[in-house]
Amino acid sequence: MGDSAPAEAVVDVRELRYAIEGRPIFDGLNLAARRGQITAVMGPSGTGKTTLLRLLMGAIRPDAGRLSVFGDEVAGLARPALYRLRRRIGMLFQNGALMSDLSVFENVAFPLRAHTRLPEPLLRRLVLMKLQAVGLRGAADMAPGALSGGMARRVALARAIVMDPELLIYDEPFVGLDPISLGVILRLIGTLNATLGITSIVVTHDVEEISRIAHQSYLLASGRAVAAGSPAELRAAAAPVVNQFMQGLPDGPVPFHVPAPDYRTQLLEPDA
Amino acid sequence: MRAPLNALARMGRVALFLLRVLGQCLPSLRHPRLLVAQVYNAGARSLIIVMLCGLFVGMVLGLQGYDLLQRFGSESALGVAAALGLVRELGPVITALLFAGRAGTALTSEIGLMRATDQLTAMEMMAVDPVRRVVAPRFLGGIIAMPLLTAIFNVIGIFGAQLIGVGLVGVESGSFWSQMQAQVERSDINEGLIKSLCFGVACSLMAVYEGFHAEPTAEGVGLATTRTVVSSAVLTLLLDYMLTAAFLNS
Repeated sequence: MGDSAPAEAVVDVRELRYAIEGRPIFDGLNLAARRGQITAVMGPSGTGKTTLLRLLMGAIRPDAGRLSVFGDEVAGLARPALYRLRRRIGMLFQNGALMSDLSVFENVAFPLRAHTRLPEPLLRRLVLMKLQAVGLRGAADMAPGALSGGMARRVALARAIVMDPELLIYDEPFVGLDPISLGVILRLIGTLNATLGITSIVVTHDVEEISRIAHQSYLLASGRAVAAGSPAELRAAAAPVVNQFMQGLPDGPVPFHVPAPDYRTQLLEPDA
Repeated sequence: MRAPLNALARMGRVALFLLRVLGQCLPSLRHPRLLVAQVYNAGARSLIIVMLCGLFVGMVLGLQGYDLLQRFGSESALGVAAALGLVRELGPVITALLFAGRAGTALTSEIGLMRATDQLTAMEMMAVDPVRRVVAPRFLGGIIAMPLLTAIFNVIGIFGAQLIGVGLVGVESGSFWSQMQAQVERSDINEGLIKSLCFGVACSLMAVYEGFHAEPTAEGVGLATTRTVVSSAVLTLLLDYMLTAAFLNS
Protein backbone atom coordinates (compact mmCIF):
# COMPACT_ATOMS: atom_id res chain seq x y z
CA MET A 1 0.00 0.00 0.00
CA GLY A 2 2.90 2.33 0.61
CA ASP A 3 4.77 1.56 -2.62
CA SER A 4 6.88 4.37 -3.90
CA ALA A 5 6.49 3.80 -7.66
CA PRO A 6 2.96 2.97 -8.86
CA ALA A 7 2.68 -0.56 -10.27
CA GLU A 8 1.86 -1.11 -13.94
CA ALA A 9 -1.80 -0.64 -14.86
CA VAL A 10 -3.35 -4.01 -15.76
CA VAL A 11 -6.60 -2.31 -16.72
CA ASP A 12 -6.43 1.13 -18.23
CA VAL A 13 -9.55 3.09 -19.15
CA ARG A 14 -9.18 6.46 -20.86
CA GLU A 15 -11.92 8.88 -21.86
CA LEU A 16 -14.38 6.02 -22.29
CA ARG A 17 -17.75 6.82 -23.82
CA TYR A 18 -20.67 4.43 -24.04
CA ALA A 19 -24.38 5.06 -24.56
CA ILE A 20 -27.41 2.78 -24.59
CA GLU A 21 -30.14 3.95 -26.99
CA GLY A 22 -28.78 7.49 -26.92
CA ARG A 23 -28.61 7.63 -23.12
CA PRO A 24 -24.97 8.13 -22.07
CA ILE A 25 -23.77 5.61 -19.48
CA PHE A 26 -20.10 6.66 -19.60
CA ASP A 27 -19.03 10.07 -20.72
CA GLY A 28 -15.28 10.45 -20.38
CA LEU A 29 -14.49 7.76 -17.80
CA ASN A 30 -10.86 7.43 -16.64
CA LEU A 31 -9.80 4.57 -14.42
CA ALA A 32 -6.81 2.29 -13.82
CA ALA A 33 -6.35 -0.97 -11.89
CA ARG A 34 -2.74 -1.57 -10.93
CA ARG A 35 -0.98 -4.93 -10.73
CA GLY A 36 -1.28 -6.67 -7.38
CA GLN A 37 -3.77 -4.18 -5.97
CA ILE A 38 -7.44 -4.34 -5.07
CA THR A 39 -9.30 -1.63 -6.92
CA ALA A 40 -12.82 -0.82 -5.80
CA VAL A 41 -15.29 0.64 -8.25
CA MET A 42 -18.19 2.11 -6.31
CA GLY A 43 -21.23 4.09 -7.21
CA PRO A 44 -24.95 4.38 -6.72
CA SER A 45 -27.25 1.90 -8.50
CA GLY A 46 -27.62 2.57 -12.20
CA THR A 47 -24.23 4.24 -12.66
CA GLY A 48 -23.16 1.52 -15.07
CA LYS A 49 -20.86 -0.50 -12.83
CA THR A 50 -21.92 -3.81 -14.34
CA THR A 51 -21.80 -2.23 -17.81
CA LEU A 52 -18.16 -1.35 -17.11
CA LEU A 53 -17.41 -5.01 -16.39
CA ARG A 54 -19.11 -6.06 -19.62
CA LEU A 55 -16.96 -3.54 -21.47
CA LEU A 56 -13.82 -4.83 -19.74
CA MET A 57 -14.60 -8.41 -20.74
CA GLY A 58 -15.31 -7.39 -24.33
CA ALA A 59 -18.98 -8.45 -24.17
CA ILE A 60 -19.93 -4.99 -25.47
CA ARG A 61 -17.87 -2.36 -27.28
CA PRO A 62 -17.38 1.27 -26.26
CA ASP A 63 -18.50 4.11 -28.54
CA ALA A 64 -15.23 6.00 -28.05
CA GLY A 65 -12.15 6.10 -25.86
CA ARG A 66 -9.51 3.53 -24.88
CA LEU A 67 -10.00 0.43 -22.79
CA SER A 68 -7.00 -1.84 -22.47
CA VAL A 69 -6.51 -5.00 -20.43
CA PHE A 70 -2.98 -6.43 -20.15
CA GLY A 71 -2.01 -3.83 -22.77
CA ASP A 72 -4.49 -5.14 -25.35
CA GLU A 73 -7.18 -2.84 -26.68
CA VAL A 74 -10.26 -4.95 -25.87
CA ALA A 75 -12.56 -3.42 -28.49
CA GLY A 76 -10.17 -4.32 -31.32
CA LEU A 77 -9.91 -8.02 -30.48
CA ALA A 78 -11.50 -10.70 -32.66
CA ARG A 79 -13.30 -13.56 -30.89
CA PRO A 80 -10.29 -15.97 -30.66
CA ALA A 81 -8.03 -13.24 -29.23
CA LEU A 82 -10.81 -12.13 -26.89
CA TYR A 83 -11.24 -15.70 -25.64
CA ARG A 84 -7.45 -15.94 -25.08
CA LEU A 85 -7.63 -12.75 -23.04
CA ARG A 86 -10.58 -14.01 -21.02
CA ARG A 87 -8.63 -17.12 -20.00
CA ARG A 88 -6.33 -14.79 -18.06
CA ILE A 89 -9.29 -13.24 -16.24
CA GLY A 90 -11.54 -14.73 -13.58
CA MET A 91 -14.95 -13.28 -12.98
CA LEU A 92 -17.28 -13.68 -10.03
CA PHE A 93 -20.90 -13.02 -10.93
CA GLN A 94 -23.36 -11.36 -8.61
CA ASN A 95 -25.47 -14.52 -8.23
CA GLY A 96 -22.62 -16.97 -8.78
CA ALA A 97 -23.98 -18.10 -12.18
CA LEU A 98 -23.18 -21.74 -11.43
CA MET A 99 -24.21 -24.33 -14.02
CA SER A 100 -27.38 -25.78 -12.54
CA ASP A 101 -26.94 -29.20 -14.19
CA LEU A 102 -23.42 -29.78 -12.79
CA SER A 103 -22.29 -30.62 -9.26
CA VAL A 104 -20.12 -28.23 -7.24
CA PHE A 105 -17.04 -30.25 -8.21
CA GLU A 106 -17.92 -30.22 -11.91
CA ASN A 107 -18.68 -26.50 -11.80
CA VAL A 108 -15.17 -25.78 -10.54
CA ALA A 109 -13.71 -28.29 -12.99
CA PHE A 110 -15.64 -26.72 -15.89
CA PRO A 111 -12.96 -24.25 -17.13
CA LEU A 112 -10.22 -26.89 -16.72
CA ARG A 113 -12.16 -29.43 -18.77
CA ALA A 114 -12.90 -26.81 -21.42
CA HIS A 115 -9.37 -25.47 -21.81
CA THR A 116 -6.91 -28.13 -20.70
CA ARG A 117 -6.32 -31.83 -21.22
CA LEU A 118 -5.19 -32.55 -17.68
CA PRO A 119 -5.29 -36.17 -16.53
CA GLU A 120 -8.28 -36.85 -14.28
CA PRO A 121 -6.30 -37.41 -11.02
CA LEU A 122 -4.47 -34.08 -11.42
CA LEU A 123 -7.68 -32.26 -12.32
CA ARG A 124 -9.36 -33.74 -9.26
CA ARG A 125 -6.57 -32.56 -6.97
CA LEU A 126 -6.61 -29.05 -8.47
CA VAL A 127 -10.36 -28.74 -8.01
CA LEU A 128 -10.20 -30.04 -4.44
CA MET A 129 -7.40 -27.54 -3.65
CA LYS A 130 -9.48 -24.63 -4.92
CA LEU A 131 -12.54 -25.86 -3.02
CA GLN A 132 -10.39 -26.18 0.10
CA ALA A 133 -9.29 -22.55 -0.38
CA VAL A 134 -12.91 -21.42 -0.16
CA GLY A 135 -13.76 -23.91 2.60
CA LEU A 136 -16.13 -26.03 0.54
CA ARG A 137 -14.18 -29.23 -0.13
CA GLY A 138 -16.87 -31.04 1.85
CA ALA A 139 -19.57 -29.77 -0.52
CA ALA A 140 -17.93 -31.10 -3.68
CA ASP A 141 -20.74 -33.51 -4.49
CA MET A 142 -23.61 -31.15 -3.74
CA ALA A 143 -25.85 -29.65 -6.41
CA PRO A 144 -25.77 -25.84 -6.81
CA GLY A 145 -29.47 -25.70 -5.94
CA ALA A 146 -28.73 -27.07 -2.47
CA LEU A 147 -26.25 -24.29 -1.60
CA SER A 148 -26.93 -21.09 0.32
CA GLY A 149 -26.25 -17.77 -1.41
CA GLY A 150 -22.92 -17.34 0.34
CA MET A 151 -21.79 -20.89 -0.43
CA ALA A 152 -22.79 -20.53 -4.10
CA ARG A 153 -20.66 -17.42 -4.33
CA ARG A 154 -17.71 -19.21 -2.75
CA VAL A 155 -18.05 -22.05 -5.30
CA ALA A 156 -18.15 -19.44 -8.05
CA LEU A 157 -15.01 -17.91 -6.54
CA ALA A 158 -13.27 -21.30 -6.60
CA ARG A 159 -14.29 -21.62 -10.26
CA ALA A 160 -13.03 -18.11 -11.01
CA ILE A 161 -9.55 -18.91 -9.64
CA VAL A 162 -9.22 -22.47 -10.93
CA MET A 163 -7.38 -21.35 -14.07
CA ASP A 164 -5.01 -19.22 -11.94
CA PRO A 165 -6.06 -15.90 -13.49
CA GLU A 166 -3.92 -12.79 -13.34
CA LEU A 167 -6.94 -10.54 -12.95
CA LEU A 168 -10.02 -11.26 -10.85
CA ILE A 169 -13.19 -9.26 -11.33
CA TYR A 170 -15.94 -9.29 -8.71
CA ASP A 171 -19.43 -8.06 -9.58
CA GLU A 172 -21.24 -6.99 -6.41
CA PRO A 173 -19.77 -9.81 -4.30
CA PHE A 174 -21.50 -8.73 -1.06
CA VAL A 175 -25.09 -8.33 -2.23
CA GLY A 176 -27.64 -10.32 -0.24
CA LEU A 177 -25.15 -12.02 2.10
CA ASP A 178 -25.53 -12.49 5.84
CA PRO A 179 -22.74 -10.92 7.97
CA ILE A 180 -20.85 -14.21 8.35
CA SER A 181 -20.85 -15.02 4.62
CA LEU A 182 -19.99 -11.41 3.87
CA GLY A 183 -17.01 -11.57 6.22
CA VAL A 184 -15.89 -14.83 4.60
CA ILE A 185 -16.06 -13.40 1.07
CA LEU A 186 -14.31 -10.20 2.15
CA ARG A 187 -11.49 -12.15 3.77
CA LEU A 188 -11.19 -14.41 0.71
CA ILE A 189 -10.88 -11.45 -1.66
CA GLY A 190 -8.06 -10.03 0.47
CA THR A 191 -6.31 -13.37 0.97
CA LEU A 192 -6.49 -14.40 -2.68
CA ASN A 193 -5.15 -11.05 -3.77
CA ALA A 194 -2.24 -11.20 -1.34
CA THR A 195 -1.29 -14.88 -1.64
CA LEU A 196 -1.77 -15.33 -5.38
CA GLY A 197 -0.44 -11.88 -6.27
CA ILE A 198 -3.33 -11.21 -8.60
CA THR A 199 -4.97 -7.94 -9.49
CA SER A 200 -8.54 -7.52 -8.27
CA ILE A 201 -11.35 -5.24 -9.35
CA VAL A 202 -14.33 -5.17 -7.02
CA VAL A 203 -17.50 -3.51 -8.23
CA THR A 204 -19.70 -2.75 -5.26
CA HIS A 205 -21.74 -0.20 -3.39
CA ASP A 206 -20.87 -1.54 0.03
CA VAL A 207 -18.58 1.29 1.12
CA GLU A 208 -17.75 0.07 4.61
CA GLU A 209 -16.81 -3.47 3.64
CA ILE A 210 -14.65 -2.72 0.65
CA SER A 211 -12.86 0.17 2.41
CA ARG A 212 -11.24 -2.40 4.69
CA ILE A 213 -9.36 -4.16 1.90
CA ALA A 214 -9.18 -1.84 -1.14
CA HIS A 215 -5.92 -0.13 -2.08
CA GLN A 216 -7.57 2.24 -4.52
CA SER A 217 -11.21 3.30 -4.91
CA TYR A 218 -13.13 5.02 -7.66
CA LEU A 219 -16.54 6.55 -7.26
CA LEU A 220 -18.63 6.62 -10.42
CA ALA A 221 -21.42 9.13 -10.96
CA SER A 222 -22.85 10.86 -14.02
CA GLY A 223 -20.85 8.68 -16.38
CA ARG A 224 -17.40 9.42 -14.99
CA ALA A 225 -15.16 8.81 -11.98
CA VAL A 226 -15.99 11.75 -9.73
CA ALA A 227 -13.48 10.75 -7.09
CA ALA A 228 -10.44 8.49 -6.85
CA GLY A 229 -8.03 7.63 -4.08
CA SER A 230 -7.63 5.45 -1.03
CA PRO A 231 -10.82 4.79 0.95
CA ALA A 232 -9.62 7.27 3.60
CA GLU A 233 -9.09 9.96 0.97
CA LEU A 234 -12.55 9.34 -0.43
CA ARG A 235 -14.12 9.60 2.99
CA ALA A 236 -12.38 12.94 3.54
CA ALA A 237 -13.37 14.32 0.14
CA ALA A 238 -15.46 17.50 0.22
CA ALA A 239 -17.34 17.07 -3.07
CA PRO A 240 -21.08 16.81 -2.31
CA VAL A 241 -21.66 13.73 -4.47
CA VAL A 242 -18.78 11.86 -2.83
CA ASN A 243 -19.94 12.94 0.58
CA GLN A 244 -23.51 11.83 -0.12
CA PHE A 245 -22.41 8.38 -1.25
CA MET A 246 -19.83 7.75 1.46
CA GLN A 247 -22.22 8.90 4.20
CA GLY A 248 -25.28 7.26 2.66
CA LEU A 249 -27.38 10.45 2.64
CA PRO A 250 -30.81 9.98 1.02
CA ASP A 251 -30.87 13.29 -0.86
CA GLY A 252 -28.18 15.36 -2.50
CA PRO A 253 -26.57 15.57 -5.94
CA VAL A 254 -28.13 12.12 -6.52
CA PRO A 255 -31.71 13.29 -5.98
CA PHE A 256 -34.28 11.41 -3.90
CA HIS A 257 -37.03 12.37 -6.39
CA VAL A 258 -37.13 11.19 -9.97
CA PRO A 259 -37.52 14.29 -12.18
CA ALA A 260 -41.25 15.11 -12.43
CA PRO A 261 -43.54 18.03 -13.31
CA ASP A 262 -44.19 20.60 -10.57
CA TYR A 263 -45.87 18.87 -7.61
CA ARG A 264 -48.46 21.58 -6.87
CA THR A 265 -49.41 22.03 -10.53
CA GLN A 266 -49.84 18.29 -11.02
CA LEU A 267 -52.01 17.88 -7.93
CA LEU A 268 -54.25 20.83 -8.80
CA GLU A 269 -54.63 20.18 -12.52
CA PRO A 270 -58.18 19.23 -13.64
CA ASP A 271 -58.75 15.53 -14.19
CA ALA A 272 -57.43 14.38 -17.51
CA MET B 1 -46.16 -3.13 -43.49
CA ARG B 2 -44.34 -3.47 -40.19
CA ALA B 3 -45.51 -7.00 -39.36
CA PRO B 4 -44.24 -8.64 -42.57
CA LEU B 5 -40.94 -6.80 -42.22
CA ASN B 6 -40.58 -8.02 -38.64
CA ALA B 7 -41.40 -11.56 -39.73
CA LEU B 8 -38.79 -11.35 -42.47
CA ALA B 9 -36.20 -9.99 -40.05
CA ARG B 10 -36.97 -12.81 -37.62
CA MET B 11 -36.53 -15.39 -40.37
CA GLY B 12 -33.19 -13.82 -41.17
CA ARG B 13 -32.10 -13.97 -37.54
CA VAL B 14 -33.16 -17.62 -37.26
CA ALA B 15 -31.24 -18.45 -40.47
CA LEU B 16 -28.08 -16.70 -39.21
CA PHE B 17 -28.38 -18.53 -35.89
CA LEU B 18 -28.76 -21.83 -37.77
CA LEU B 19 -25.50 -21.12 -39.61
CA ARG B 20 -23.78 -20.35 -36.30
CA VAL B 21 -25.10 -23.57 -34.73
CA LEU B 22 -24.15 -25.66 -37.78
CA GLY B 23 -20.63 -24.23 -37.57
CA GLN B 24 -20.36 -25.51 -33.99
CA CYS B 25 -21.96 -28.94 -34.53
CA LEU B 26 -18.77 -30.68 -35.56
CA PRO B 27 -16.58 -29.21 -32.76
CA SER B 28 -19.30 -30.08 -30.24
CA LEU B 29 -18.92 -33.76 -31.16
CA ARG B 30 -15.60 -33.72 -29.33
CA HIS B 31 -17.69 -34.19 -26.19
CA PRO B 32 -19.90 -37.13 -27.24
CA ARG B 33 -21.21 -37.51 -23.68
CA LEU B 34 -23.01 -34.16 -24.00
CA LEU B 35 -24.73 -35.35 -27.18
CA VAL B 36 -25.77 -38.69 -25.68
CA ALA B 37 -27.26 -36.88 -22.68
CA GLN B 38 -29.29 -34.69 -25.01
CA VAL B 39 -30.56 -37.61 -27.11
CA TYR B 40 -31.70 -39.09 -23.81
CA ASN B 41 -33.31 -35.81 -22.71
CA ALA B 42 -35.14 -35.15 -25.97
CA GLY B 43 -35.78 -38.77 -26.93
CA ALA B 44 -36.10 -41.11 -23.97
CA ARG B 45 -37.97 -38.59 -21.88
CA SER B 46 -40.57 -38.11 -24.64
CA LEU B 47 -41.03 -41.85 -25.05
CA ILE B 48 -44.06 -42.38 -22.82
CA ILE B 49 -46.12 -39.57 -24.35
CA VAL B 50 -45.15 -40.59 -27.90
CA MET B 51 -46.05 -44.26 -27.28
CA LEU B 52 -49.33 -43.38 -25.60
CA CYS B 53 -50.39 -41.02 -28.37
CA GLY B 54 -49.22 -43.49 -31.03
CA LEU B 55 -51.47 -46.14 -29.53
CA PHE B 56 -54.53 -43.88 -29.49
CA VAL B 57 -53.91 -42.54 -32.99
CA GLY B 58 -53.55 -46.10 -34.29
CA MET B 59 -56.76 -47.15 -32.54
CA VAL B 60 -58.66 -44.21 -34.05
CA LEU B 61 -57.23 -45.09 -37.47
CA GLY B 62 -58.49 -48.64 -36.97
CA LEU B 63 -62.01 -47.45 -36.27
CA GLN B 64 -62.21 -44.69 -38.88
CA GLY B 65 -60.37 -46.73 -41.52
CA TYR B 66 -62.69 -49.68 -41.03
CA ASP B 67 -65.79 -47.48 -41.20
CA LEU B 68 -64.59 -45.88 -44.44
CA LEU B 69 -63.27 -49.03 -46.14
CA GLN B 70 -66.27 -51.23 -45.42
CA ARG B 71 -68.41 -48.80 -47.46
CA PHE B 72 -66.41 -49.98 -50.48
CA GLY B 73 -66.24 -53.55 -49.29
CA SER B 74 -62.51 -53.39 -48.94
CA GLU B 75 -62.04 -53.59 -45.18
CA SER B 76 -59.25 -56.09 -45.71
CA ALA B 77 -57.11 -53.10 -46.83
CA LEU B 78 -57.27 -51.66 -43.31
CA GLY B 79 -53.70 -52.75 -42.55
CA VAL B 80 -52.18 -51.01 -45.52
CA ALA B 81 -54.34 -47.89 -45.05
CA ALA B 82 -53.30 -47.52 -41.42
CA ALA B 83 -49.66 -48.25 -42.13
CA LEU B 84 -49.40 -45.81 -45.02
CA GLY B 85 -51.28 -43.13 -43.11
CA LEU B 86 -48.95 -43.51 -40.16
CA VAL B 87 -45.63 -44.00 -41.92
CA ARG B 88 -46.04 -41.24 -44.51
CA GLU B 89 -48.07 -38.66 -42.69
CA LEU B 90 -49.42 -39.00 -39.18
CA GLY B 91 -46.31 -40.51 -37.62
CA PRO B 92 -43.85 -37.74 -38.54
CA VAL B 93 -46.34 -34.88 -38.05
CA ILE B 94 -47.88 -35.91 -34.74
CA THR B 95 -44.50 -36.94 -33.32
CA ALA B 96 -43.11 -33.50 -34.29
CA LEU B 97 -46.05 -31.74 -32.61
CA LEU B 98 -45.60 -33.86 -29.48
CA PHE B 99 -41.87 -33.24 -29.58
CA ALA B 100 -42.45 -29.49 -29.76
CA GLY B 101 -44.75 -29.65 -26.76
CA ARG B 102 -42.62 -31.96 -24.64
CA ALA B 103 -38.93 -31.74 -25.59
CA GLY B 104 -39.04 -28.36 -27.38
CA THR B 105 -40.51 -26.49 -24.43
CA ALA B 106 -38.08 -28.22 -22.07
CA LEU B 107 -35.15 -27.16 -24.25
CA THR B 108 -36.34 -23.56 -24.51
CA SER B 109 -37.02 -23.15 -20.82
CA GLU B 110 -33.73 -24.80 -19.87
CA ILE B 111 -31.62 -22.58 -22.15
CA GLY B 112 -33.75 -19.52 -21.31
CA LEU B 113 -33.22 -20.13 -17.61
CA MET B 114 -29.48 -20.46 -18.22
CA ARG B 115 -29.65 -17.07 -19.92
CA ALA B 116 -31.70 -15.54 -17.08
CA THR B 117 -29.29 -16.81 -14.41
CA ASP B 118 -26.19 -15.58 -16.27
CA GLN B 119 -24.92 -19.12 -16.90
CA LEU B 120 -24.51 -18.45 -20.62
CA THR B 121 -22.74 -15.15 -19.94
CA ALA B 122 -20.50 -16.90 -17.39
CA MET B 123 -19.53 -19.44 -20.06
CA GLU B 124 -18.66 -16.64 -22.48
CA MET B 125 -16.54 -15.03 -19.79
CA MET B 126 -14.77 -18.34 -19.22
CA ALA B 127 -13.93 -18.32 -22.93
CA VAL B 128 -16.35 -21.19 -23.64
CA ASP B 129 -18.70 -20.64 -26.56
CA PRO B 130 -22.22 -21.41 -25.24
CA VAL B 131 -23.39 -22.22 -28.77
CA ARG B 132 -20.84 -25.03 -28.90
CA ARG B 133 -21.27 -26.22 -25.32
CA VAL B 134 -25.02 -25.78 -24.79
CA VAL B 135 -26.86 -25.18 -28.08
CA ALA B 136 -25.18 -27.51 -30.61
CA PRO B 137 -25.51 -30.76 -28.57
CA ARG B 138 -29.19 -30.00 -27.86
CA PHE B 139 -29.85 -29.21 -31.52
CA LEU B 140 -28.17 -32.43 -32.69
CA GLY B 141 -29.81 -34.45 -29.92
CA GLY B 142 -33.25 -33.31 -31.12
CA ILE B 143 -32.46 -34.18 -34.74
CA ILE B 144 -31.32 -37.68 -33.78
CA ALA B 145 -34.24 -38.26 -31.42
CA MET B 146 -37.01 -37.24 -33.83
CA PRO B 147 -36.78 -40.10 -36.41
CA LEU B 148 -36.35 -42.62 -33.60
CA LEU B 149 -39.45 -41.34 -31.83
CA THR B 150 -41.33 -41.34 -35.14
CA ALA B 151 -40.41 -44.97 -35.78
CA ILE B 152 -41.65 -45.95 -32.33
CA PHE B 153 -44.84 -43.93 -32.86
CA ASN B 154 -45.45 -45.78 -36.14
CA VAL B 155 -44.89 -49.23 -34.68
CA ILE B 156 -47.18 -48.59 -31.72
CA GLY B 157 -49.73 -46.94 -34.04
CA ILE B 158 -49.86 -49.99 -36.32
CA PHE B 159 -50.24 -52.17 -33.25
CA GLY B 160 -53.17 -49.95 -32.12
CA ALA B 161 -54.84 -50.20 -35.53
CA GLN B 162 -54.41 -53.96 -35.45
CA LEU B 163 -55.80 -54.10 -31.92
CA ILE B 164 -59.02 -52.44 -33.06
CA GLY B 165 -59.19 -53.68 -36.65
CA VAL B 166 -58.42 -57.34 -35.99
CA GLY B 167 -59.27 -57.64 -32.33
CA LEU B 168 -62.47 -55.61 -32.16
CA VAL B 169 -64.18 -55.11 -35.52
CA GLY B 170 -63.13 -58.40 -37.05
CA VAL B 171 -60.82 -57.73 -40.00
CA GLU B 172 -58.99 -60.91 -40.83
CA SER B 173 -55.52 -60.94 -39.35
CA GLY B 174 -53.89 -62.56 -42.37
CA SER B 175 -55.13 -59.99 -44.89
CA PHE B 176 -54.36 -57.12 -42.46
CA TRP B 177 -50.68 -58.03 -42.35
CA SER B 178 -50.17 -59.49 -45.82
CA GLN B 179 -51.65 -56.48 -47.62
CA MET B 180 -49.49 -54.21 -45.50
CA GLN B 181 -46.40 -56.22 -46.41
CA ALA B 182 -47.29 -56.18 -50.09
CA GLN B 183 -48.23 -52.52 -50.43
CA VAL B 184 -45.95 -50.52 -48.10
CA GLU B 185 -42.76 -49.84 -49.99
CA ARG B 186 -39.33 -48.65 -49.07
CA SER B 187 -40.07 -45.27 -50.69
CA ASP B 188 -42.98 -44.78 -48.26
CA ILE B 189 -40.68 -45.41 -45.32
CA ASN B 190 -38.07 -43.07 -46.79
CA GLU B 191 -40.67 -40.34 -47.19
CA GLY B 192 -41.58 -40.58 -43.51
CA LEU B 193 -37.93 -40.70 -42.49
CA ILE B 194 -36.99 -37.61 -44.49
CA LYS B 195 -40.01 -35.75 -43.17
CA SER B 196 -39.18 -36.58 -39.58
CA LEU B 197 -35.56 -35.50 -40.08
CA CYS B 198 -36.73 -32.14 -41.51
CA PHE B 199 -39.19 -31.70 -38.64
CA GLY B 200 -36.39 -32.58 -36.23
CA VAL B 201 -34.23 -29.79 -37.63
CA ALA B 202 -37.12 -27.29 -37.58
CA CYS B 203 -38.41 -28.08 -34.07
CA SER B 204 -34.95 -28.32 -32.48
CA LEU B 205 -33.84 -25.11 -34.17
CA MET B 206 -36.87 -23.15 -32.98
CA ALA B 207 -36.48 -24.51 -29.44
CA VAL B 208 -32.79 -23.60 -29.08
CA TYR B 209 -33.22 -20.27 -30.90
CA GLU B 210 -36.06 -19.13 -28.64
CA GLY B 211 -34.25 -20.27 -25.50
CA PHE B 212 -30.97 -18.64 -26.46
CA HIS B 213 -32.66 -15.34 -27.30
CA ALA B 214 -35.16 -15.31 -24.43
CA GLU B 215 -35.45 -12.14 -22.36
CA PRO B 216 -33.51 -12.87 -19.16
CA THR B 217 -36.61 -12.72 -16.94
CA ALA B 218 -39.21 -15.21 -15.76
CA GLU B 219 -41.77 -13.65 -18.08
CA GLY B 220 -39.32 -13.69 -20.98
CA VAL B 221 -38.64 -17.41 -20.57
CA GLY B 222 -42.39 -18.11 -20.44
CA LEU B 223 -43.01 -16.14 -23.62
CA ALA B 224 -40.12 -17.85 -25.38
CA THR B 225 -41.55 -21.26 -24.47
CA THR B 226 -44.93 -20.31 -25.94
CA ARG B 227 -43.26 -19.02 -29.12
CA THR B 228 -41.40 -22.34 -29.46
CA VAL B 229 -44.61 -24.37 -29.52
CA VAL B 230 -46.42 -22.01 -31.89
CA SER B 231 -43.60 -21.60 -34.40
CA SER B 232 -42.63 -25.30 -34.29
CA ALA B 233 -46.23 -26.35 -34.98
CA VAL B 234 -46.70 -23.87 -37.83
CA LEU B 235 -43.32 -24.73 -39.33
CA THR B 236 -43.99 -28.48 -39.08
CA LEU B 237 -47.33 -28.26 -40.89
CA LEU B 238 -45.95 -25.89 -43.53
CA LEU B 239 -42.97 -28.15 -44.16
CA ASP B 240 -45.28 -31.15 -44.23
CA TYR B 241 -47.31 -29.67 -47.05
CA MET B 242 -44.21 -28.73 -49.03
CA LEU B 243 -42.56 -32.11 -48.56
CA THR B 244 -45.75 -34.04 -49.36
CA ALA B 245 -46.17 -32.02 -52.56
CA ALA B 246 -42.53 -32.64 -53.49
CA PHE B 247 -42.78 -36.40 -52.88
CA LEU B 248 -46.03 -36.76 -54.82
CA ASN B 249 -44.50 -34.83 -57.71
CA SER B 250 -41.46 -37.04 -57.85
